[in-house]
Amino acid sequence: MTRSKTASADAAAEAEAQEGEVTSGDLSLLATMLRMRAFEQRIYDAFSENKLRGPTHLGIGQEAIAAGFGAALEPKDSVLSTYRGHDHVIAVGAPLDQVAGEILGRATGLCGGKGGSMHLASAHHGHYGCYAIVGAHLPIACGVAWSAKLRGTDEVTVCFFGDGTTNIGAFHEALNIAAVWKLPILFVCENNLYMEYTRTSEVTAVERPAADRAASYGLEALVVDGNDVTAVLEVARDAVAAARSGNGPLLIEAITYRQGGHSRADPGDYRKEDEVAEWLTKDPITAYRKALEDRGADPGELDDVQAKAGAEVEAAFESAFGAPFPDVLQAHTDVWADGGSAWRN
Amino acid sequence: MAELSYRDAVIAGLAQEMERDERVVLLGEDLVSGGVFKTTKGLYEQFGPQRVWTTPISEQAIPGCAMGAAMTGLRPVAEIMFSDFYATCWDIIANEIAKSRYMSGGQFSLPLVVRSANGGGIGFATQHSQSLENWAMCVPGLKIAAPSNPADLKGLLAAAIRSDDPVLVFEHKALYPVKGDVPDDEHIVPLGAAAVLRRGIDVTLIGLARTVGLCTDAAAELAGSGIEATVLDLRTLIPLDAQAVLTSVADTGRVVIVEENPKQLGWGAGVAAIIAEEAFYDLDAPVTRVAGASVPLPFAQSLEEEMLPSVDEVVDMVQKLVAM
Repeated sequence: MTRSKTASADAAAEAEAQEGEVTSGDLSLLATMLRMRAFEQRIYDAFSENKLRGPTHLGIGQEAIAAGFGAALEPKDSVLSTYRGHDHVIAVGAPLDQVAGEILGRATGLCGGKGGSMHLASAHHGHYGCYAIVGAHLPIACGVAWSAKLRGTDEVTVCFFGDGTTNIGAFHEALNIAAVWKLPILFVCENNLYMEYTRTSEVTAVERPAADRAASYGLEALVVDGNDVTAVLEVARDAVAAARSGNGPLLIEAITYRQGGHSRADPGDYRKEDEVAEWLTKDPITAYRKALEDRGADPGELDDVQAKAGAEVEAAFESAFGAPFPDVLQAHTDVWADGGSAWRN
Repeated sequence: MAELSYRDAVIAGLAQEMERDERVVLLGEDLVSGGVFKTTKGLYEQFGPQRVWTTPISEQAIPGCAMGAAMTGLRPVAEIMFSDFYATCWDIIANEIAKSRYMSGGQFSLPLVVRSANGGGIGFATQHSQSLENWAMCVPGLKIAAPSNPADLKGLLAAAIRSDDPVLVFEHKALYPVKGDVPDDEHIVPLGAAAVLRRGIDVTLIGLARTVGLCTDAAAELAGSGIEATVLDLRTLIPLDAQAVLTSVADTGRVVIVEENPKQLGWGAGVAAIIAEEAFYDLDAPVTRVAGASVPLPFAQSLEEEMLPSVDEVVDMVQKLVAM
C-alpha cells in the first residue's frame, strides 16, 4: 500500500503546526544539512585540487533525507548506508574531522584510513557501515534488526539505499525476510532518479522503484518529498515510532535529486539542462531556510548558523589535512580478531 | 565417548554451544524441520523458535542476516545447504563478511559460522558436488575448517562458534553416515592444528575431509609393501598448520597432497608452494598432488568415481616417488 497522499497531508499538517516560533530543533536541522553541504563541497574542492584519491560519491541535494532521519533516531538505533554515505555518517554524529580524515586516507580517520569514502563506519555512533556493492547491505541491515529483536531491545535499524538498488536480488530477499520475521527495520530509498549514468525509469518496470515493489512483500510503503526536510522528519518520526513499537518493517521512498554526477569522474551531462535547473530550484537547504524565514526566523541568525557550519567543516578539514598518513604496518592489522593478519604458522 | 555419525556430530556440536551460550542462533533453509541432511534435527524442539530460524530460499539474506547479527552481539551459525550455493551469495561472504573488520579499522567483530555440505562421490551431479574450500582460501579474512571425522566435526564446530572471526565449515556430505567415537563432554578442536594420524618415515600424505580417509587407506596398503607413510589431516586450511607440514616433510622427504577439488587450482597447490619454497632441501622427490579431475563433476557413477581422487592413485603416486 502506498500512502503518499497521507504522507504529504501529514507533512502539510505538521508544517501548519510549525507556524510560529522557530525552535532550536529547527535550527539544528538546518545546521546539520549545512554541515553536510559544506562538507561535501569541501570534498569536491579537494578533489579538484587533486588532494584526494579514489572515487567519491556526493549526495549534494539529498541532505534532507539523512538529516531528517538522523533527527528522528536515538543513539541506540542503527544505520547502514551506501557508498554515497557521507551524509548518513554525519547524520548520526560522527566527528567531522574523523570523517574527513577517512576520506583523505589519514591515520585519524574513522577506519584508520583502511576504508575510505565508500566504506565509512562508526560503530560508536550506531553506524554499521557504508557498503559499496549495490544491495549488499540490505540483508546485513536485516541481521542488525533481527539481532535487536532477539536481544529483546526496542532498537530500530534504518537502511538507506538508492533507487538503483531496487533492481538487484538482495533488495527483494531483504524485504521478504524482514516482513516474514517482522523486523524493526526501515528501508529508506533515496530515489534521486538516476542509477549511475542511467535514468532509473528507463530500466525499471514500475514508476516508484521501491514503493511499488513493497506491496509484493506485504510491506507498507510511504512516498515522501525527499527535498522537504520537515516532511521527511515527520515521516521518519512516525516510522521510527511504529518500528520501535514492534509493527515490523516499513519502506519509505524519498524522492530527491542528485545535483551532481554519479561520482567524481561523471559530469552528469546525460541529463537535460532544464531538468537540472528545475531541481536546483528545489534545493532542500534553500527551501528549508526560506521556510524558517517565512516562520519568522531572523535572517541574521540563519546566516550565523551557516557561517558556524562552514567554520566547523573548515576546521575539520584543516585538522584532517594536518593528520599523518597511516603507518604501513597498519596494513597488516585487523584482518583477524587477534588484531593481526597471520594465516599460517 | 559415544559412537556418533558425522551427521549427528553436527547436532552434538551445535547443541553443546547453544547450551553454553544463548547468543548462538541458527538460521538456514529448512532448519526447523531438521535440515535436508538432518544436521539440525531436534534442535528446534530443544532450543525453541528464538534460537532456530528457518529462512526462505534467500541465500544472500542468510549470510547477510548472520553478518548483521554478528556485528551486534550474537553468534549466528548460518547454513548454506550445499557449498555450491556459495556462488549465489559470494558477495556477502567474500566482500562483506571477510572484509568488514579490516575495512572498518577493527570496529566490527564478526563471530559467525557458515556451515555447508561440500564435496562429491554420492551422485549429486555437478552443481551439488563440488569441493570448494579453495574458493574461500583465496580471500583474506575467512577461516576454513573441513573435518574428516565425527569427533573433529564436533570440536571444530565448537571452536568455530567460539571464534571471533568468521569461519566457513565445510562438511563433506559423503561422510554424513560415517560413524566414529565422539567425546560426550565439552569437546573443542582448536583451529589451525593439523592432526598426525599415522607416523612413517617414507612419505607424508596430506589430506582434508574425505581425502584423509583415502590417505589412511593408502597408508595401510603401502605398509603391506614395506612403505611407511605419515598421514596428516590439515583439519583447517586457514589458519594453516604449515609447521606440521614442514616438520613432517623434513622427516620423510616425500609428499603427496590429496585433494578433491579440480587439480587446475586447489588448496594443495598452495601447500605445495610452501613446501617448495621452505623445504626444498628436505625433499628426496618432487612435491606431488593427487586431485580431482579438471572437469565439472559428471553424474554417472562410472564417470564420477573416475574423476575423484582414489586410494589407488595415492598408492601409485607414492610407489613412483619411492622408486625415484
